[in-house]
Amino acid sequence: MNLLSEIGRFTLFMKFVLRKPEKSKVFWTTTFREMYLIGIDSLLIVILIAFFTGAVTTIQTASQLLSPSDLFPTQLMPKFVIGAVVGTSSLLELAPTVTCLVLAGKIGANIASEIGNMKVSEQIDAYEVMGINSANFVTLPKIIAGIIMIPCLIIVANFLLLFGGYLACKMTTTLTSSDLIQGARLVFKPLYLKVMLTKSVIFAFIITSLSAFQGYYTTGGALEVGEAGTKAVTKICIFILFFDLVIAQLFLKS
Amino acid sequence: MITIQNLNKWFDDKHVLDNINAEFKPGVANLVIGASGGGKSVLIKCMVGLLTPESGKILYGNQDFIGLEYHRKQNLRSEIGMLFQNTALFDSLTVQENIEFPLRMFSKFTPEERLDRVNFCLEKVQLVNVNNKYPAEISGGMKKRVGIARAIALEINYLFCDEPNSGLDPLTSRIIDKLLLGITQEFNITTVINSHDMKTVIDIGEHIIFMFKGQKWWEGSNHELPNARRENPELDAFFKASF
Ligand SMILES: Nc1ncnc2c1ncn2[C@@H]1O[C@H](COP(=O)(O)OP(=O)(O)O)[C@@H](O)[C@H]1O
Ligand SMILES: [Mg+2]
Repeated sequence: MNLLSEIGRFTLFMKFVLRKPEKSKVFWTTTFREMYLIGIDSLLIVILIAFFTGAVTTIQTASQLLSPSDLFPTQLMPKFVIGAVVGTSSLLELAPTVTCLVLAGKIGANIASEIGNMKVSEQIDAYEVMGINSANFVTLPKIIAGIIMIPCLIIVANFLLLFGGYLACKMTTTLTSSDLIQGARLVFKPLYLKVMLTKSVIFAFIITSLSAFQGYYTTGGALEVGEAGTKAVTKICIFILFFDLVIAQLFLKS
Repeated sequence: MITIQNLNKWFDDKHVLDNINAEFKPGVANLVIGASGGGKSVLIKCMVGLLTPESGKILYGNQDFIGLEYHRKQNLRSEIGMLFQNTALFDSLTVQENIEFPLRMFSKFTPEERLDRVNFCLEKVQLVNVNNKYPAEISGGMKKRVGIARAIALEINYLFCDEPNSGLDPLTSRIIDKLLLGITQEFNITTVINSHDMKTVIDIGEHIIFMFKGQKWWEGSNHELPNARRENPELDAFFKASF
């Protein structure tokens, strides 16, 4: 019941957001600034996380598949399988989902508290009195900027994941970097790329729109603004994981 | 001129505006006074369209704001300026950009014309050398002035001020009062000011509406106040409590 009314309010909110902006010049100026904020400010954290996740995943996958067991003799396990596993899980899950869960905390919390602050300090009312559709004015540039920049960040994350794995191979003797690259290339399918891009765009929309929604309906003061940030992150994570599952089911069910 | 007819606003079962009728004329300071929680802000928010009353009319000239078709409403809105209680300056924009904002959105001015108008408005509120400061970097009194400058950036006919003196020292309060009255008279606009500052009421209150329990309890001018206080215990109590 609560969820339903929440979805209803969100739909109504989006009806105001998805309108033609009043002044396209002002709109694009704002959008470019948001693109810069979302893209450049998150680049470092995305790079760091992708690099280390890539290295760790490679080492752990290698260790799991190459450790002696009674079920399967390790000497029969072709090493490129490790590359195949790391490559596909990077593309399908690590790059889009892990990155977006991190961005939920960074971009999502930021947007929710920024808009929440505008709400409680009556800046939103100020737009409305001037005759500006405030939901559209403050939210649409963020959504557009997110949908453009977050997929770019995820593509960067993909390369850094593989680069992390590559360096991890250089540091160990069990696996060569060409095993990794060869494996990753061997199992690559264009479908995986499609899944990755679909996820990035949908997650970008979830991050930006849900956080804006949470911020826009903040009432109270500084305390509630802070709460809006944490609540937004929780909701975004839940929705990302849910749609992660839905997309996997839709595209990859065999 | 703004005319309010039989205005009613409820929050759940709380009757915040109880059948208000009033007239606000241009060129004078129209004050709405009353204790905190008396419905002053709600009245202003209904008048500018931030809240929708359950019944009644709000006539700007002779067009009813509430039933107005979207585009005509937006047009009317560009004739309305508002000074918010906490100024509501856009904190990511500089003082100059704040005042320029309505011009950017709603005028066909060139950048040079916009700058001229910004400086004209800053002059009107007696501010200099703050163009490139951010709201967080200026004092409360200066913020109010910038708020006024932004409200009058477009050539408005109606000005609303929600507690323009809140959080200001008495001296600055008097200056803001004078500014508001000066602007009202110079441009002959209809100005509605919410206040519980008694000095304001006595100084510039040519037309006063006293709100009590959601009703228009008393209406008159500052000259009539002394007599009215003798006959109206609620009004007297409100004044006594304020000093
Ligand atoms: N958005 C709202 N929701 C519910 N009640 C409200 C809302 N805004 C104001 N009120 C109530 O309406 C009454 C009048 O408030 P207000 O107009 O802000 O008083 P003031 O005269 O101090 O400006 C108060 O009792 C307040 O609690
Ligand atoms: Mg108030």
